Formats: sequence, C-alpha cells, structure tokens
Amino acid sequence: MAIFLTKESKVIVQGMTGSEGQKHTRRMLASGTNIVGGTNPRKAGQTVDFDGKEIPVFGTVKEAMEKTGADVTVIFVPEKATKAAVVEAIEAEIPLAVVITEGVAVHDTASFWALAQAKGNKTRIIGPNCPGLISPGQSNAGIIPADITKPGRIGLVSKSGTLTYQMMYELRDIGFSSCVGIGGDPIIGTTHIDALKAFQEDPETDLIVMIGEIGGDAEERAADFIKEHVTKPVVGYVAGFTAPEGKTMGHAGAIVSGSSGTAQAKKEALEAAGVKVGKTPSETARLARAALAG
Amino acid sequence: MDLFEYQARDLFAKHGVPVLAGEVIDTPEAAREATERLGGRSVVKAQVKVGGRGKAGGVKLAATPDEAVARATDILGMDIKGHTVHKVMIAETAPEIAEEYYVSYLLDRTNRTFLAMASVAGGMDIEEVAATTPEKLAKVPVDANEGVTPEKAREIVEKAQFPAEVADQVAEVLVTLWKTFVAEDALLVEVNPLAKVADGRVIALDGKVSLDANAEFRQPSHEELEDKAAANPLEAAAKAKGLNYVKLDGQVGIIGNGAGLVMSTLDVVAYAGENHGGVKPANFLDIGGGASAEVMANGLEIILGDPDVKSVFVNVFGGITACDAVANGIVQALALLESKGEEVTKPLVVRLDGNNAELGRKILTDANHPLVQQVDTMDGAADKAAELAAK
Repeated sequence: MAIFLTKESKVIVQGMTGSEGQKHTRRMLASGTNIVGGTNPRKAGQTVDFDGKEIPVFGTVKEAMEKTGADVTVIFVPEKATKAAVVEAIEAEIPLAVVITEGVAVHDTASFWALAQAKGNKTRIIGPNCPGLISPGQSNAGIIPADITKPGRIGLVSKSGTLTYQMMYELRDIGFSSCVGIGGDPIIGTTHIDALKAFQEDPETDLIVMIGEIGGDAEERAADFIKEHVTKPVVGYVAGFTAPEGKTMGHAGAIVSGSSGTAQAKKEALEAAGVKVGKTPSETARLARAALAG
Repeated sequence: MDLFEYQARDLFAKHGVPVLAGEVIDTPEAAREATERLGGRSVVKAQVKVGGRGKAGGVKLAATPDEAVARATDILGMDIKGHTVHKVMIAETAPEIAEEYYVSYLLDRTNRTFLAMASVAGGMDIEEVAATTPEKLAKVPVDANEGVTPEKAREIVEKAQFPAEVADQVAEVLVTLWKTFVAEDALLVEVNPLAKVADGRVIALDGKVSLDANAEFRQPSHEELEDKAAANPLEAAAKAKGLNYVKLDGQVGIIGNGAGLVMSTLDVVAYAGENHGGVKPANFLDIGGGASAEVMANGLEIILGDPDVKSVFVNVFGGITACDAVANGIVQALALLESKGEEVTKPLVVRLDGNNAELGRKILTDANHPLVQQVDTMDGAADKAAELAAK
C-alpha cells in the first residue's frame, strides 16, 4: 500500500527543463517513478529525452493533468518562483504537491498554505525545503536516493533529509513502506501528525520511525496525537540537544527560542506518549529492530 | 535577523507608522549636535538586541545637549545582559505619556498562519501581562492572503478593547504596521509601547523587528541592516564563502552534509565528549548535498583556522552525492590547503556511509594522509574525534 505515493501515482515535474529538475527527473525515472510530464509555459509542446524516454512538456499543471491524468507534482523551481508554482498546482487541484525548493520566504509559504486551506485542502502539500517522499519499489517523488534501502514494513517521517537517508540505510535489511521528508521550515504543509495518521491506517506498515529536530512544537503535538490515536509501535529521534539558543542551525525552523522547542522537551513529550527515543541515529535503529522483534 | 530599535524605527517610518524623530550615533560627542537638532532635549537610548534595557539603565533623558553627551558617555560601552552597547539613538523626547499599549504581528508556527497581538496594558511588563492575565492580550489570526484591512484592524481594536478616543488611530497603526510586516518580509514586528501622549496622538515609541533571511532574494536593502561588527570573524568568513556555519564553544570541528545530520553529529560528539574530559563540538557546518572538493576545502579552511579546534570530524552520508566524490574532495582539499602554504596539523576523523561508501573509503586509504583516519560508524567516529581533541 504505502502512503501518499504508490506505484499507481502519475507524477509530473514543475521545473523539469531546469538543471536540477532534469537531474532529478532522470533519477526518479531510474527508480521506477511513473513520470508522465513536466511543465514550462515557454517549452510547451516539446519533449525532453531521458535516456531514450521522451517526456512531454505542458504549458500548465492543469493541462498536464487533463492530458495525462497526473495526480502528483514535484516542484523544482527556484525560490522566487516557488509561490507561483505551488499556487498553480493548488488551483489545478492536483492531489499531491511535493515542494523540494529550499530557501522559500515564509510569507510565500504562509500565502500558498492559506490558499490550500481556503480551497478545502484538495491538494496535499509536502515541504517546502524537503527531500520529498519515496515508497520503495513503487515510486519516488523528490530527491531521496532510491538505492539505499528496499521495500518493507517500516514507515518513516522526518524533518531532515540526510537523517532520513541515514535511517533508511541503517534499516535497509528490513525495508520501508514509505519514507516522507516533511522539511524543516517554520511552515510546512504535511506534518508529522499527518504522516503518523496515514501510517497508522496503512495495513502494510508495522512500525513507525519519527525523526524530529529543535524548533516549534510539532513533535510535542505529534506526541499528543500518538497517545490518543496510534496503536502501532513508534520509535523516535530528535536532533539538536546541543544547539544553542537563538542560533539558526541550517533549517530555517531549527532555532530554539527561550525554553520552547528544545530537543529535551520534545524527547520527554514523546517518551510520555510511549515512544522509545534513541540518543543517536544508530541507537534509534536498534530500538526499531527491537520493537519489530518484540 | 533581529534589528536594532533605530532600524525598526526607520522601517516603521518608511511604511507610515507614526514614530518620533531620532538618529543613531556611536560617539558621546555626536550626542550634542543630534540633541541640538532636536531642539536641545533628547532621550538617549542604548541600541542592544535584548529586552529590559530601560530597567538596566540604558535609557536616559537629557535636558540639554551637554547632558546628552554625559548620558551617551555613560551608556556607550555599558554591558546590558551580556550585550555591549556600541550605538545609542538620540531620540525626540515624547510629550507626556498618558497610556502605554502593545501591538504586534508574528508568525504563528503552531497554527501555520500569522497572528496579531494587541493589548491596552503595554509597556515594560507585557510579558508579565501575557503570563498572568492572558485575557488582556488579544490574539487574532490573520490570513496571509487577506491581510489586515481596515475592517480587520477594527476587529483587533475591538477584541483588545482599546478606548474609543484612540480606536481610529490604533486601527491606522495596525494597517501601516501590517504593511511593514509584509513589505519587509518580517517574521515579527512589535510596537511596545505604542503610546498615547498628552496631546492625544498615538506614537510608536519602541519596536522590534525580525526579518526573514530566506527573503533576501527580493530584499536587497536588508543586507546593510546586518550587524557585521557583532558577527564572529569565523562566521563572517564562512558567510563570505557561502557556507552554513555557526561557531560554538567546543574543541571538535564538525563538517557534515545536511542540517539534520550535522545537528545530530553535534549531539553525538557531545555525548562522546562526556567520556573524554568533557570536549564538545566547536561548530556547526553543513556543506549541503553537492560536496565538491572546493566546498570541502573552504569548509576545512574555516575549521582548521579556528584556534579552539583540536580535532576534526567529517561526517558524510552519501545520498545524492556519492562517497567517492566526497573522499576525492577531502584528498584534494588537503592538497589545496597545503599548496597554499597552510600547515595542516589537526587530526581528521572521517566517517563515510551510504552511496559508494566502500569506494570512498578506499580512496582515503590509498591516499594514506598521515592526519586522516577512518571509522566506519558515526558513533565510533565521534568517540575517536573526541578522544583526539582531549589529548
């Protein structure tokens, strides 16, 4: 089954003709993603060759959806054009928009998020500033390396890209149903809670690994959700115990202000909800193995 | 990026929020002319990015230009909660203050929207008000696309129960303050106090603004608001090279790829340090996805240039970047630094995992650099780096 993305997903790429878009379209195709088109109003009607496979370019998301039945878009446009690209995806009512772009201004994210809500949340947004999501063996929408793990029964949700990869690799012998990189910005579309809910309902997921980091209160709210609604075992990891107050650690959202948003507070909230929290990524992987065995 | 009060004042003025005249100076003598320009009286205000400066003695009234020089002499160089005062604002003296209010807009992460906050109980104790009598602090969500219209401003004014005689003026401030918030890509704009003065006017007497660094692409003027003097020299050098670097106070230099992995590396090194005399990470440095030899060299140069660093831990997970490219980057970076005549003497512990990890490890093994040693796991490598730093 997997969540949000399956082998049935028909994926388009906004920004497919750009250098990042081309590079990652090629990688996504190589990992089995059914890419049915790209968009670029200036290159509509052309095709782009990816190792012998011709992918059509459409003028708009709406047109691409009408012609191909696409239900997922992966957005690779530069930060100054990201808002317009996401707004276009929302207005076309595509069910899933994965926003890879890093460095999107918060006012832009706030704006397209408000629009998505005003339109009744017909479009699930993942990101921005995220690696995307993969359902190994089925489909890969974003920049997650596909060949470091295999299909299996662990569901993974994470704010951080490289920690996602690290965990996929540590548990590669067991494998994953889906891995969702939700991004570390102050405002993101899909949250830990959204992914936890979907994994809880997914019959092919037996265990959930959740990776958080300092900043905000998303992990604390996820802990409340787990306590109330999640019966599957959850193993957690939180990065940033040694991060100083008031310093931005790479992700725009990873900033501790005062006593709120600390890694310690998040760890305690998760443990109070019955989540086993690892001190390091490797320990977290060991806890996951133990939870599956036990 | 947090701004100084005088910078916030300038942005408020630019967008029509009523403020008093003022200018910023950095020598006591300049206080004289500035005060003369204001008619012979002024308020001398320490410019520090920390609250509570009034209570700390950083805001003083000067009845004459001479007094302004004396007050500026007192305040310049003063330490306020660990912040040294390098600049003071010489501000117009406000007419007698009748009431102190509070208004702000900020990002509400939890609800993924913007939030207006307003209170008639503003002034120095607004945190206290928020904590003990939260009903006196009105909170009104603001839709990012609808913004603060005159109607919305009126809603905020009513919710916060502003007196009728200032309602129109406060509503006008709320509209112009929203303009500031949006036009400047701010994460926070706060006016405290928003004062009603003796002649009935409503004026922003002090304010805080925090700007979104991600919006630099459309805010070219924001670069000059940066407090370059306060930046750590290593951080400034790293920024000039486009590196995502934060200086910390430990001994183990850290280089990694991906913000989450680097944050995690800091934690793992700190845990390992507990067994090695309490050594800690010396910095955060994320070289990002495409770790080319040049980026690796730039990163290593910054870290090796930090006199606090005793050992370096390079922690890379090859996702998109293959580990062989990273290994080549390390080898070339060391050669590059040595060819520039820099003496590389600090030990490097390298952990490579993920894509082409075996190939990457072989490249480092074959290069056989005397300062480079490899450990296969992140936890093991952190322990080794901490041990070397403790020597």
